[in-house]
Formats: sequence, structure tokens, C-alpha cells
Amino acid sequence: MAETKTANTQVDLTCVKPYGDALNDGKVQISFTLPVPYGEEAEECAKQYVKKLGIDEPNVAYYCELTKGYTFFNVYGSAQPTIDYTAINVPKVEGTVMDRVECGEWIAENIGRDIVVVGASIESDAHTVGIDAIIQMKGFHGHFGLERFKHVVAYNMGSQVPCEELIAKAKEVNADAILVSQTVTQKDIHIKQLTQMVELVEAEGLRDKVILTCGGPRISHELAQELGYDAGFGPGKYAEHVMSYIMQEVKKRGWEKKPNIADR
Amino acid sequence: MKSKLNLDPKVVDSARQHAANIARDMQEFIDRHTTVSTERTIVRLLGVDGVDDVDTPLPNVVVDHIKEEGGLPTGAAYWMGNAIVQTGKAPQEIAEEIAAGKLEITKLATCSQEQAAEALMPYIKKTFEKIDMQKAKRQEYLNTIGEGKEPYIYVIVATGNIYEDVVQAQAAARQGADVIAVIRTTAQSLLDYVPYGATTEGFGGTYATQENFRIMRKALDEVGEEVGRYIRLCNYSSGMCMPEIAAMGALERLDVMLNDAIYGILFRDINMQRTLVDQFMSRVIIGYCGIIFNSGEDNYLTTDDAIESAHTVTASQFINEQFAVLANIPEEQMGLGHAFEMDPATEDGFLLELSQAQMAREIFPKARLKYMPPTKFMTGNIFRGHLQDALFNLVTVWTNQSILLTGMLTEAIHTPFMQDRYLSIENAQYIFNNCRHIGDEVEFKEGGIIQSRAQEVLAKADALLAEVEKDGLFATIEQGKFGGVKRPFDGGHGLEGVCTKGENYFNPFIKMFMDHE
Repeated sequence: MAETKTANTQVDLTCVKPYGDALNDGKVQISFTLPVPYGEEAEECAKQYVKKLGIDEPNVAYYCELTKGYTFFNVYGSAQPTIDYTAINVPKVEGTVMDRVECGEWIAENIGRDIVVVGASIESDAHTVGIDAIIQMKGFHGHFGLERFKHVVAYNMGSQVPCEELIAKAKEVNADAILVSQTVTQKDIHIKQLTQMVELVEAEGLRDKVILTCGGPRISHELAQELGYDAGFGPGKYAEHVMSYIMQEVKKRGWEKKPNIADR
Repeated sequence: MKSKLNLDPKVVDSARQHAANIARDMQEFIDRHTTVSTERTIVRLLGVDGVDDVDTPLPNVVVDHIKEEGGLPTGAAYWMGNAIVQTGKAPQEIAEEIAAGKLEITKLATCSQEQAAEALMPYIKKTFEKIDMQKAKRQEYLNTIGEGKEPYIYVIVATGNIYEDVVQAQAAARQGADVIAVIRTTAQSLLDYVPYGATTEGFGGTYATQENFRIMRKALDEVGEEVGRYIRLCNYSSGMCMPEIAAMGALERLDVMLNDAIYGILFRDINMQRTLVDQFMSRVIIGYCGIIFNSGEDNYLTTDDAIESAHTVTASQFINEQFAVLANIPEEQMGLGHAFEMDPATEDGFLLELSQAQMAREIFPKARLKYMPPTKFMTGNIFRGHLQDALFNLVTVWTNQSILLTGMLTEAIHTPFMQDRYLSIENAQYIFNNCRHIGDEVEFKEGGIIQSRAQEVLAKADALLAEVEKDGLFATIEQGKFGGVKRPFDGGHGLEGVCTKGENYFNPFIKMFMDHE
């Protein structure tokens, strides 16, 4: 099956490539900066680079000097690689995603009590950016944090919180869910610390009495499940994603009338 | 200036009077208290710098020591002055001896307050010489190489590595930036100490340290001479170390500093007593040093609706203005904040933004208004984002804003790349140049959307200020009237660092910084 002959008829999902104005033309636009001085050599360098990315017929539509020694490019071309769309499998957090207001209403209607969560950036990680993005009022990128949700009580313990302290707080406030944030990933420190947390939750006999979630720039739902968490939230996931999952999970587990951990 | 919005000057005066009363009420509280950070600022201004063997900054060592011994109500100035009298040593040596455990300064024999103050004078004089030299240097640059036209183009650098920041900042200056802000690393605002030395690791920003200030200042002076324009340096006098960073900014010639207690209370959960006391010390420093402070009310619109809550921004600008008056800050150094944050799907939203920006300019005619770009409704669709920024730039030049926080098309994706800054600066320059005198040419329809909106927002701001005056600022914040965020009087970070002044307390710097002559 030659690609050119199918161009105007039907998409072959086993080998898709970008679409400009005709099927399989592979057209892409890319913008980037090279640390080289402005000039014809720079333009040629950009073309060769783009070819190496698998893009044929590169057309440098625009280039200019950003500052001495740096040149910016807008390039168009025809990308060659294809992807088998039919073989794609993305593990997803189950349930419907609702927005902040809908979450509040859903909880009032379906749970009938406040949902309690505790969150922290654990152990050596000093970064609060992740946990703040989810919990703090201000949220992140225009997505408000859990502090601004109705019928949600959220405790943000900040950063460098030992696993033991986070668990103790969850017990103290009868949390429905624990949110563990890990931002630093150098030498896979996040894997070690996330594993330590799971082990301690199990040792405390809490594993099925609390919803355990984690999040961070290098965390996917798939990784979280591998490590023994109920769900994981990576880039592009905000407070509403986290709460949508937690509230539906609370309902699924029948904890509506079990605000106390001891009763679950 | 004739009001294009037909604002009633009586309403403006009324709002301003309420704000003045609010600020004066708060000042009575502030005058009765000090904080660990205020005391550390005094210690720094006496020339103490450096860290101990476990990297604790010496100003922290000194003030923690005084606090542990119960000496804080008397103030660090007295104890340092007394220690000079009793030991004959300089503040730096005294701090080092405390760090080494060789000296307990609250256990020395005590002199009178006058003697202690007298002993501090040579060190205070030395600090003022340094600060005055920096002020003179700035003036010399402005007189010789000059500066860019307003609106100043303000861009951020945020690599985490101060040396990489230098590369980015110099590139931005060559592309047309007038102000470079070095974004701080995440969570520095909650550290109760200022890190020390040059730093190369940060997350989402770079540590504010005195050495990093020095490195960037030097780089901007170099590039400023090259491009023939003084390049202003901005950092954050905010968070738990608000006044200490102001002092560092004074010594290293920063030109613009973010500085807003209410922002810290609402968005960083810093205790309100702590940060309002800290703010006063930082603002007297900022006022003296010719630094423009930027207030942060624009942030209310990231958590609250920009159309519904526009009046809270205006009300907060009035309050910040009056706090600045009490710290003797000239109007030209008041970088009151506001923002272009309405939902772009709003019909006539541009008219409402124009109205709000014009109103800020008319109410605060001499202020160095800081105008923040769209952030909340930037989505990752960089193409639409670039257009949103273009509309923002148009309002900016139309209403004579002073400082343009240049919107980046990649807002909501990453901290700016070099190319993002280029594209955004190009966008701003294109619109500023193409529409330079639009504000002089265009008037607004009497009783039309723009005029009516401004009158309505001003009236609501005046009413809110009347309420705040009645309830007090603390209670207002407890009720969540700003940014929709509630914070308790005794909650948040840093309350343990607040202390009631004792009978013999003194802070020699307040009076000297307040006297600009």
C-alpha cells in the first residue's frame, strides 16, 4: 500500500504522520534556536539539523539573530516517521473528570460530607511547587487548588515532610486520601521515596483504608500503579483531576458514611 | 490631566482618605512590634555578613541568640551597640564570636541606650556611604547613558543558575528589555533566612542572595553600557525575609523590588502581623534608596474573577499607596500593580480592561504603575496567547502604564526561552511604536461602556475601603475580602518571629531612612 495512493481517501491508522493540507504530506512547523552566529551558515545548519530530525525538504521560512551567537528559526518541512495509532495504549485514571464547581456539587450530592485530604512533598524533597499547585488556593496555571473547592478539606504540610509525619497527620484528621508530591528526580530519588511511603502505609495497616496518590513532573499513572499507588498525576493534571478521581473512589469504596479511618 | 473617564474627584478623595485611615491604624500596630527579620536587617546593615560552619547566616545566628536569651524586645541594635562598647570589637567580629560560642552578648555588662547608639554610629555611617554611592551610581548612569522610554519592558529570567541567568539577561537587554527580574527559586519566600553566596541550582528560579545580586548587577551594568540604556534589576523583597532582602537590594543597587505584605499573607500564607511589620522596615529602605516597589494586587485576579473583583484591586492600590506614604516613599517609586486577566471570551472585555487601566492611571497619575499580562487564561495555545499579549500591549501604551511585565506566548508552558523573550519583546515594541500617541488622540464616549465601568469600579472600591476602615485590615483579610482568600490573625508562617517591643527598644535605621535629605 503506497502512501501517496491513499492520500486522498482514507487514513491508515497503522502509519499516521502529520497533516498539512493533504493526507500524508507530513507537514510540520518547528521553531527553535541554535547557539550559532546569524548568517547563511546558520540557515544551512538549521536545515541539516531538521533533516536529522526526520524532516525532508526543510524550508527556513524565517530566521534572525536573538543576540550575538544565537539564531532563531521558523522551519517548515515534511516529516517522514509514522506511528501505528492502533497499537497505542495509555493507562488512565478511571472516572469522569469534573471541574472545581462540579466537584463541589458532586460531593454534596453523592458523598454528603466533606472529603479530607492531606498532602506533602516528602523526605528530602524541598519543593512545594507540586503540592502547592494542587492544594494551595492559588493553584496552578489558572486551575485553583483544593483549598478553593467546596466540601473539600485539604491539609498542605509543605515540603521535606517525613513519611511517618504525613501518615500520622492522615490518621489524625481521618483523611480519605494522601497526596504525595515528588519534584526532584535526580538519581531516581523519587522512586526510592515513593516506595518507602507505600511500605510504611502498608506497615501501618492503612493501605486499604486510605486512597494513596502521588504526583510530579516525572510521574505517570502507569508508574504510580507500578509502585503500588492507587493513582498518579503527571504534567497537565490539576486539582480538579485529583479531586474527581478521589471523590469517585470514595464513593466506589462506600466510604460516604465512614469519615473515620477506623470504620473503613 | 482632564479625566477621560469622568471620574468624580470627590469619590477618589474619599477612597484615599479611607485608605489613609486604614494604613494609619495599621501603623499603630506596626510601631509597637518588631520581628526576627527586622532585627536581622539591622544586624546586616551594621555590616554583619557571612555564614557559620553549618551555613547558617550570621545575622540569623546573632538574632536567634538574642531571642533565645529573651533579649529580643530590647532589639538587636542595643545588644550590638552594647557589645561594641563592652568588647571594643566590630559587629562582624562580635557575630563571629557568637557563632563560635565564645560570646553571650546579653550577658555582658550593660551601657545606656545612648552609649549603645553612639557606638553603632561609625558602622551605620559606613553602610549609608555604600548605599549613597549606589544611588549616585544609578543617577550617573541615568544622566550619561540614559534609559528606555516608558512603558519599561520588563522580562524575567529564571534558569536557577545565576551564571546562565546572566547570559539570558544580557540577551534580553540587547533585544530591548529595560528591566530584568530574576525570579526566585520555588519556596524561597518561606525560608526564614537568606541563603548565602553565588548559586547554580534552583527550581523555577534562582536564589535571591546578595552575591547573586552583585553578579547580575555587574552584568546589567556591562550590557547597559553596551546598548546605551540603563538596565534596571528587579528582585523580591517579599516572603519571610522581606526587609533583609530590601537591605541587600539597597547595598547592591537593585532598582525594582516586589514588596507587598498582603500578597504574602494571601498567597504564601505568611502571618499577617509578621509581614506587615516586616513590610514597614523594607519600605523605609526602599523609599530611601530610590527603588521602585511593586505591589501584588494583580494576583487577586488569578484567584478571583477579574470583572467581579476589579474593585478589590483598586482598593488595595489605595491601601498600598498609603502604606508607602507612611514609609516616605515618593510617588514615582510606587509601582502599584494591576493586571489584564479578564476571560478573553468576554464580549467587550477589551473595553473593560482599557477602562480599568485608564482608571489606575488617572487615580495614581505619578505612580510607576506595574501592569501584569494575561496568565490565568493562557492555555498553551501560543498563537492565541500571542494575540492576547498584543491586546494587553495595546492597553499598556494607550493608558501610559509605566512598567510592562511582558507577556510571554509560552506562559503556562515553561519559564521563557530566549526565543520567547525575543518574540514577546518584538510584539510589545511593534505595538508601542505603532500606537505611541493613541492615548492623546482618543477620548471616550460620555456615559459609554468605558466611562461607566470605571465609575462603577471606583464607587465599589470606595465602599469596600469604607468597610475595611470600619472593620480594620486584619479583620478584612480574615473575612477573605481580598483575592477570596481567608487567613487568620494568628495563623500562617512566621508568627513565632513577632515580638512586642520593650521599653528600651530602638531601631536607629528607621529615622535615618525616612529622612531623604
